[in-house]
Amino acid sequence: MKATADKATGAEPPLRVRDLTVAYHRKPVLWDVELTAPEGKLIGIIGPNGAGKSTLIKAVLGLVPRASGEVLVYGKPYEANRRLVGYVPQRGSVDWDFPVDALDVVLMGRYGRLGWIRRPGRADRQAAMNCLEKVGMAAYAHRQISQLSGGQQQRVFLARALAQEAQLYFMDEPFAGVDAATEKAIVALLHELKASGRTCLIVHHDLQTVSEYFDHAILLNMRVVAQGPTAEVVTRDNLHKTYGGRLTLLEEAATEMARARR
Amino acid sequence: MNWLAYNTLIVLAGTSLLGIVAGVLGSYMVLRRRALLGDALSHAAYPGLGLAFLITGQRHFGGLLTGAFATALIGSWTVGAIRRHTRVKEDAAIGIVLSVFFGLGVVVSRIVQNTTTTGSKAGLDSFIFGKSSGMVAADVRAILLVGVVVLAATLLLAKEFRLLAFDPDFGRVQGWPILLLDIIMMSLVCVTTIVGLPAVGVVLMAALLIIPGAAARFWTDRLGRMLWLAGLFGGVAGACGTLASAWAPSNVGAGPVIILTAAGCFLFSMLAAPRRGAVARVLRHVALARRVAMQNLLRTLYELSEPAWPDPAPLRPGDLTAARSWSAAQARRLLRRAAARGWVEPSGDGWRLTGAGWQRAAEVTRAHRLWEIFLIEEAQVAPTLVDRDAEQVEHVLEPATVRHLEQRLAELGLVPQGLGAAPRRHAALEELEEAPS
Repeated sequence: MKATADKATGAEPPLRVRDLTVAYHRKPVLWDVELTAPEGKLIGIIGPNGAGKSTLIKAVLGLVPRASGEVLVYGKPYEANRRLVGYVPQRGSVDWDFPVDALDVVLMGRYGRLGWIRRPGRADRQAAMNCLEKVGMAAYAHRQISQLSGGQQQRVFLARALAQEAQLYFMDEPFAGVDAATEKAIVALLHELKASGRTCLIVHHDLQTVSEYFDHAILLNMRVVAQGPTAEVVTRDNLHKTYGGRLTLLEEAATEMARARR
Repeated sequence: MNWLAYNTLIVLAGTSLLGIVAGVLGSYMVLRRRALLGDALSHAAYPGLGLAFLITGQRHFGGLLTGAFATALIGSWTVGAIRRHTRVKEDAAIGIVLSVFFGLGVVVSRIVQNTTTTGSKAGLDSFIFGKSSGMVAADVRAILLVGVVVLAATLLLAKEFRLLAFDPDFGRVQGWPILLLDIIMMSLVCVTTIVGLPAVGVVLMAALLIIPGAAARFWTDRLGRMLWLAGLFGGVAGACGTLASAWAPSNVGAGPVIILTAAGCFLFSMLAAPRRGAVARVLRHVALARRVAMQNLLRTLYELSEPAWPDPAPLRPGDLTAARSWSAAQARRLLRRAAARGWVEPSGDGWRLTGAGWQRAAEVTRAHRLWEIFLIEEAQVAPTLVDRDAEQVEHVLEPATVRHLEQRLAELGLVPQGLGAAPRRHAALEELEEAPS
């Protein structure tokens, strides 16, 4: 496959971001962000509200304008390698009353490889069904999307990203507001992606589960505070730098981290 | 008989096709919450007509179209610019552009009438409300041309337009030129609006874009079917409007009748559509209220009888009104309904559950208790999942979740009698509610 061929051409990391700055009306949201995502890891992007976590993903994907910076995907500019990239937007970003069913949404993941005018065919439908199967949603393929629960909608979005057959995934808060069953399904899926050599960058808001879910972490608060293996970078000190004075939360998280490491 | 007259047929063909095209394109506008932008577009086209007449000095069809297209584009661009570069919201921007451009159009048309000798012949006023009887073959040819282009584009670009309307950001990540697609769609809306002006007019054109799509949405949850239906509604409205205005004794213009016909379709859809319609909603609500009342009756009977199981004393309506918010009359009515289904029977001076009623009541109680545990234990997500009507918890929740809830139910000793395990009092649930989980 083209994807694997491109990937194999060098020892380039799946994602390298250099000197990335994003500003709205002169107010910086991200400032001089430098980061490298190692291959085949689950990477959590952690930080307080308004730290620019979602903006980081959107700037990398070209959804918000960059004031400066360079984004390399497997060593090439993002635009040249976008076929290797999959995206799970925040669930709240679309109108769930739109007249399509779950399978239609997942099929959208195939549109990129179809190109102009061609309609999805039998093979695409089969692929989309397989993706729904992987997130445990095959039984809901023909439900109108407003009739799915929040967790089920999230899984449909994940299935759509799977249908992109990408190497590098960006997920914006996939764990937000989902039930326990969906959370388990997502974690299982992430491990499956990791096992097949995919890299996932995941915006995450729950400090309690960081060490449990992610190999690597990027602590973000307008600038990258720390990045690296979770056990090394999620420390009291770094959390303090990231979250500022929100101590009660910090204490909780720190004890949680200590407990998890033991 | 003038309804078979050549001119009437011309107008009929034109307005029907216009309705179809406007319905299909307008559906996307409705889905993208851009319905009002069509209104701004048609009003913004008006000054272009006058300006074109001022420049060319005659009612040249191509010239008028070009002028209208130019100012409509400027209008829609202005809406976007105001929204992007100021803190003014889109609805305010649309309101401003719509009325300012229309005012400009009125001024230009007065200038045309006062300064040019042929001004009165321009008939610019007829574009305000439309004058389909004045439609000529060239107008219909323009509609035909635009119609073919629009329908071909919506067929060929079906998947691109679907992506644009549902999740443009995801489309961008896949590398689709979303801005270009948006421009294509808005240009199609623009030309459709303009060729519709002679028939329907500046003021009413937006309605022809919006109403068929909004009406079609009531009938289906599939985008493809919605587009077909919207086209059908629009076409029917166009045809009926023209025929009705041709038959009407007084000289009613086709435009208003077209819109009123479309509004009739909408009203009918809003009321009568099977799932999303208002009547269906009311009926569903009444049925739900009846089901909930019956479930509550069964559960109340069950829980009042549970301590004395397996040989409970008969219950009187007074026992029920003490336990629930029912009036005595409501309680008696419910008991009669339950008796008609064979779930309760008279016994002594009260009522008691039959064998079938006991089974049913135990099922209802189990479902409600499972939901209550779920609400307590998964408070952060539960409200979006709980289905008050779903007796079958299994239909809504994942099997693993249900198993977990069953287990909790057993631990708390709340599994209802008649379904298996040993009884215990409902008080355990109240304890659980008080204790922090």
